[in-house]
Amino acid sequence: MATLSPDARAASPQVVGVRLGFMTMLGRAYPRLVAANREPDWIFYEVALPLLQICAFAFVYKAIGAPKQYIGLVILGGGMMAFWANVLWSMAGQLHWERQSGNLELYLMAPSSLLWILAGMAFGGMLATAIRTVVILALGSLLFGVSYALTLSAVPLVILAFLFSLIGLYGLGSMLASLYLLYNREVWAIQEVIQEPVAFLTGSYVPVRALGPFVAGFAALIPLTLGLDAVRQLVFPGLFRIFIPAGWEVGILAVLAVLFCVGAAWALTYIERLAKVQGRLSLKWQ
Amino acid sequence: MSSPPSQDNIPAIQAINVKRVYQARGGRSIGGTKAGKTVTALDGVSLSVARGEIFGLLGRNGAGKTTLIKIFTTLLAPSGGQALIDGMDVTREVVKVRQRIAMVSGGEQSGYGILTVREQLWMFAQFYGVPSKVAHARIDELLAAVGMSEQANQKVYALSTGMRQRMNLCRALVSDPEVLFLDEPTVGLDVEASRAVRDYVRLWMSQDLRRTVLLTTHYMFEADELCNHVAVINHGQLVAEGTTADLKRGLQEHARFQLEMAEWAPAFTDMLRGRDGVVEALTEQHADRTQLRLALLREEFIMPTVASLNDAGARILTLRRIEPTLEEAFVRLVGDEAEAEAEGGH
Ligand SMILES: Nc1ncnc2c1ncn2[C@@H]1O[C@H](COP(=O)(O)OP(=O)(O)O)[C@@H](O)[C@H]1O
Ligand SMILES: [Mg+2]
Repeated sequence: MATLSPDARAASPQVVGVRLGFMTMLGRAYPRLVAANREPDWIFYEVALPLLQICAFAFVYKAIGAPKQYIGLVILGGGMMAFWANVLWSMAGQLHWERQSGNLELYLMAPSSLLWILAGMAFGGMLATAIRTVVILALGSLLFGVSYALTLSAVPLVILAFLFSLIGLYGLGSMLASLYLLYNREVWAIQEVIQEPVAFLTGSYVPVRALGPFVAGFAALIPLTLGLDAVRQLVFPGLFRIFIPAGWEVGILAVLAVLFCVGAAWALTYIERLAKVQGRLSLKWQ
Repeated sequence: MSSPPSQDNIPAIQAINVKRVYQARGGRSIGGTKAGKTVTALDGVSLSVARGEIFGLLGRNGAGKTTLIKIFTTLLAPSGGQALIDGMDVTREVVKVRQRIAMVSGGEQSGYGILTVREQLWMFAQFYGVPSKVAHARIDELLAAVGMSEQANQKVYALSTGMRQRMNLCRALVSDPEVLFLDEPTVGLDVEASRAVRDYVRLWMSQDLRRTVLLTTHYMFEADELCNHVAVINHGQLVAEGTTADLKRGLQEHARFQLEMAEWAPAFTDMLRGRDGVVEALTEQHADRTQLRLALLREEFIMPTVASLNDAGARILTLRRIEPTLEEAFVRLVGDEAEAEAEGGH
């Protein structure tokens, strides 16, 4: 057995701060980006199943003779809903799971803040889900022959709406991830309970305006709601009465994104301290 | 890892009167305000490990070993006292401490099964800011050193328990830590894998004198094989500390020796019984030789005793000192398994 070569022993200049943070983020994003797409079975679970769900709604709209664009709404909703599922199962529940596997301790022991790990999970999840969403949108639109009326001038706003709602959504997921560490066993139950109602609330399958101002106002707290509404307004102009103008929605989304990210950082710091005092970072001692 | 100049007289690992109390977990309490029973896992532990040492912390299940390691690795707050790595407080200089430590636990399931071994190690290297080029060179060499070069591109989920633990060791070392914590690293491994882990730890230590290991184990032979210094912990308190030889000798009332003789005459026995310093002399006849076991008041009595046996015409073939095993020393200190269970019962 040889001793480490000069190359391997080369004292790595101590990487710190944001640079280390980015390396940490990329490291953690890797399993989601590369490894998760290696096996083709995701196409079935993450594309075929959502498409089926979209089909169900699409056929209802077809049956009642709604305009084709309504099917477009549903397809958009279904595509965006992939992000919500990803946030719930792969962000909010993730730290809980990482604790069970022992990863949480190793992540905490590393010199970067745990926030960068969460950022990596979010980044990887977002990109991986974006691939799925694009496939869902393309296939769905082809299948039902939906055309979109997006004007070039609306493109920047669509991009912003999309970005801000994703940042907000993943910020919310990170915040939940920390809070879930407080609860030990109930997590999966919570997940089950909130997944479908949120799909409904955020208006994935019906325009959010149809829910009435109170429910819609509450639903607007979930960044997906306004993001989806804004994108729908811009992609199908004039199709339905406007709840809040898209420009406003994008503004609110930006605020939500900041709030949730700050909230996530706060929750994480709080939980880490609490967990260290209470001895809750691992489950293995029993 | 390039380190700020660390003076050599500062211990690599130091605990000063460290205490840790857990709230016993009854039902579910949020925020931990529920009054309830407490468990004192560490009750004022002080120890100090010099740079370059492999230090063994020995104790039965529940003695407090893991709790102490978690405190040193910044994962758990001490309820009292102070824990230091290279003179830096683990609760105040968290990042600096984290930059130079690593930990491997027995039965560790860390990482992601869908990654290959190489990808997994690379991922952890990223968390420590190791540039990819350096990381890959290290990964190659670490894997070769623990005998798993062939598994480099295998998926983590497909590894056997033994291979997995070798990988975990590489995972800890890929950041080139100065202080390594091993919490029962060979628990549940087969003989070959345990040996691979122990061998590599020893080799790794020999490659750089600034490195330090704190190992917990309840396998005494493992501690005996790897450690220079050990401490025994029981119910959250250190009950002994020293070199393994100190510990073994400490419980020997008399110096014991075993001699093989070519032939035996009853006169020898009489001669021995009358001698100063001889507490006990037992013989055992074999076909071609006689085994003589001596208990002496002190070690110094052996030379004169051997001399007078020679004078009496005895032919001594071999002579060796009998030392108790670390296991025996350990049992003397903390009681045997049955006692431990009886204690837990009341
Ligand atoms: N997170 C925890 N919450 C409550 N009690 C704990 C926790 N971790 C350990 N203990 C208790 O503290 C004592 C010491 O445990 P531990 O440090 O794991 O011992 P060892 O590693 O020597 O087996 C045991 O009685 C154990 O049950
Ligand atoms: Mg333990």
